[in-house]
Amino acid sequence: MIEVHNLTKRYGDKVAVKDLTFTVRPGIVTGFLGPNGAGKSTTMRMIAGLDAPTEGTVSVNGGRYRDASAPMAQLGILLEARAVHTSRSAYNHLLALAQTNGIPSRRVAEVIDLVGLSEVAKKRVGGFSLGMGQRLGVASALLGDPQTVILDEPVNGLDPEGILWVRNLLKGLAAEGRTVFVSSHLMSEMALTAQRLIVVGRGQLIADTTVAEFVAQASGNVVVVRSPQSSELRELLVSPDVTVSAIAPGQIEVHGLSAEQIGDVAWENRLRIHELSTQQASLEEAFMELTRNAVEYHAHGVTPSHSADDRPVTSGDPR
Amino acid sequence: MTAAATHSADIRPAFPGMKVTQARVIKSEWTKFRSLRSTKIILLVSIILTIGVSALICAVTASHWTRLEPGDRASFNAVASSLNGILISQLAVGVLGVLLISGEYATGMIRASLTAAPKRLPVLWGKIAVFAGVVGTASIVSTFVSFFLGQALLTGHNLRVGISSPGALRMVIAAGVYLLLVGIIGMALGCLLRNTAAGISSLVALFFVIPPILGLLPKSWSDKIGPYLPANAGEAFWGHPEGSHLSPWVGLAVLCAWTAVAVALAAVRLTRYDA
Ligand SMILES: Nc1ncnc2c1ncn2[C@@H]1O[C@H](COP(=O)(O)OP(=O)(O)OP(=O)(O)O)[C@@H](O)[C@H]1O
Ligand SMILES: [Mg+2]
Repeated sequence: MIEVHNLTKRYGDKVAVKDLTFTVRPGIVTGFLGPNGAGKSTTMRMIAGLDAPTEGTVSVNGGRYRDASAPMAQLGILLEARAVHTSRSAYNHLLALAQTNGIPSRRVAEVIDLVGLSEVAKKRVGGFSLGMGQRLGVASALLGDPQTVILDEPVNGLDPEGILWVRNLLKGLAAEGRTVFVSSHLMSEMALTAQRLIVVGRGQLIADTTVAEFVAQASGNVVVVRSPQSSELRELLVSPDVTVSAIAPGQIEVHGLSAEQIGDVAWENRLRIHELSTQQASLEEAFMELTRNAVEYHAHGVTPSHSADDRPVTSGDPR
Repeated sequence: MTAAATHSADIRPAFPGMKVTQARVIKSEWTKFRSLRSTKIILLVSIILTIGVSALICAVTASHWTRLEPGDRASFNAVASSLNGILISQLAVGVLGVLLISGEYATGMIRASLTAAPKRLPVLWGKIAVFAGVVGTASIVSTFVSFFLGQALLTGHNLRVGISSPGALRMVIAAGVYLLLVGIIGMALGCLLRNTAAGISSLVALFFVIPPILGLLPKSWSDKIGPYLPANAGEAFWGHPEGSHLSPWVGLAVLCAWTAVAVALAAVRLTRYDA
């Protein structure tokens, strides 16, 4: 379990994390989402004791990570930036880490095998591809068979097979009762892996919710209707709560009514319908909508729309 | 959710006896040391420089002895001559010290090291212990080899002295210890500055640039400060007594004070600042 309480981190004038409070529970995968520069990596470094919080507290499995007698049994972490000497072999890198905590060397061979690096274990890490480096990072995170696992963008640089592997690995770790906290930019990836979501933007909490709830909110509400009498139907549907827009000749998009409601209106007015379909708003779009006001680095041409509504979206936990 | 069941005290490590100890961190640092080719190469270079340059100086002195100025002959010290290689090899040892820590910052390895041992100080002590064991041994062995090889080369004009001659044993051991302390100061600089180039530059400044610059100051100044610079205090420790302002043991004390202050600052930097 990871408990973060009123966590704030300032680098000079820059506020990287602001008054963040959340709990990551064991037994499930918790996704940590947010746009670039939202403070995910900073938060994760503070949990591992690498950066000291400016204010607030962090605990791992109920204690300060620094005070753990066998730290690698408590927490394994894959950091965003590579944390390995490029001139050393993967085997020696892992062996050196294992020795600090008294982890037997057979475990080193075990994790190397687990992440699929057996063939290159004695090669210089400097020659590794991005994906191989990422696998080595996962191996070092799992070395101590830790109760809590933190992975900062683990699928970064992995091929589809590697992504699937990470997905199953995370689920497996959670199923064993471990706390699994994983950051990502991709909502769709998290929807497949995580049960809970913590969303941050500009260092602040935006949402602490379940994936199911997020997906439910994000989907529906947009219905596409194809009808030779689309303009008549349009007149009947529009109201202050409902917007209708023409997307093609004979085709309209309705916001604010369900497919059933639209079908009923059409039947009552004897209008012909050729297609009536609920559109799944993409998860990425819903995610971007949620974090739009908190995006720090916009591409040119996109202007941030500031909103005063910064209240976090929260919902009950799945206990 | 049961809060008690997840408290750190209740988590049973997967491997029996799992725990961070200073001895284990030292073992880990030894693995790190021996698994980098660059560190082994620099160590070898320092040994070759100590022995080779000393031998060269002795050989040249012996072959030119009859043509030397009387003053040069009078100030000649056979022990010091056979150890003079360390004036150059100290740079290699110092650089090795800097690199052992700055290399971890450059590659990001330090973050892995400090998450494995989050109390941090054991990592610094572990590095210093391994360095002292490996480089200290190599340095003392190479100053002994230097001495005997140098004396063999000086045999010709009856210049050679034995290890039992006054001060000889002290100077030979001191030269090895001096190299080790320079290396530890290098480590502290690497830890303080977290950058290889900055660490090596400040090492060079401290040992090679500041001493001659100080000589440009009024003599009353340079005489007061000069002897207490690490390079000069070190030379009082390992060199010929007549050449120095400080006695060998005061020299050692001053050099140890420099080392202790540098290491203390490095320890503060390591524990009080973000990794
Ligand atoms: N050591 C540091 N010194 C100064 N500023 C920093 C430092 N580390 C992070 N920051 C700043 O803090 C903010 C949060 O950065 P962080 O890396 O935590 O974001 P992130 O959510 O991980 O982003 P990304 O998705 O791009 O990885 C950024 O604006 C970054 O520039
Ligand atoms: Mg990041």
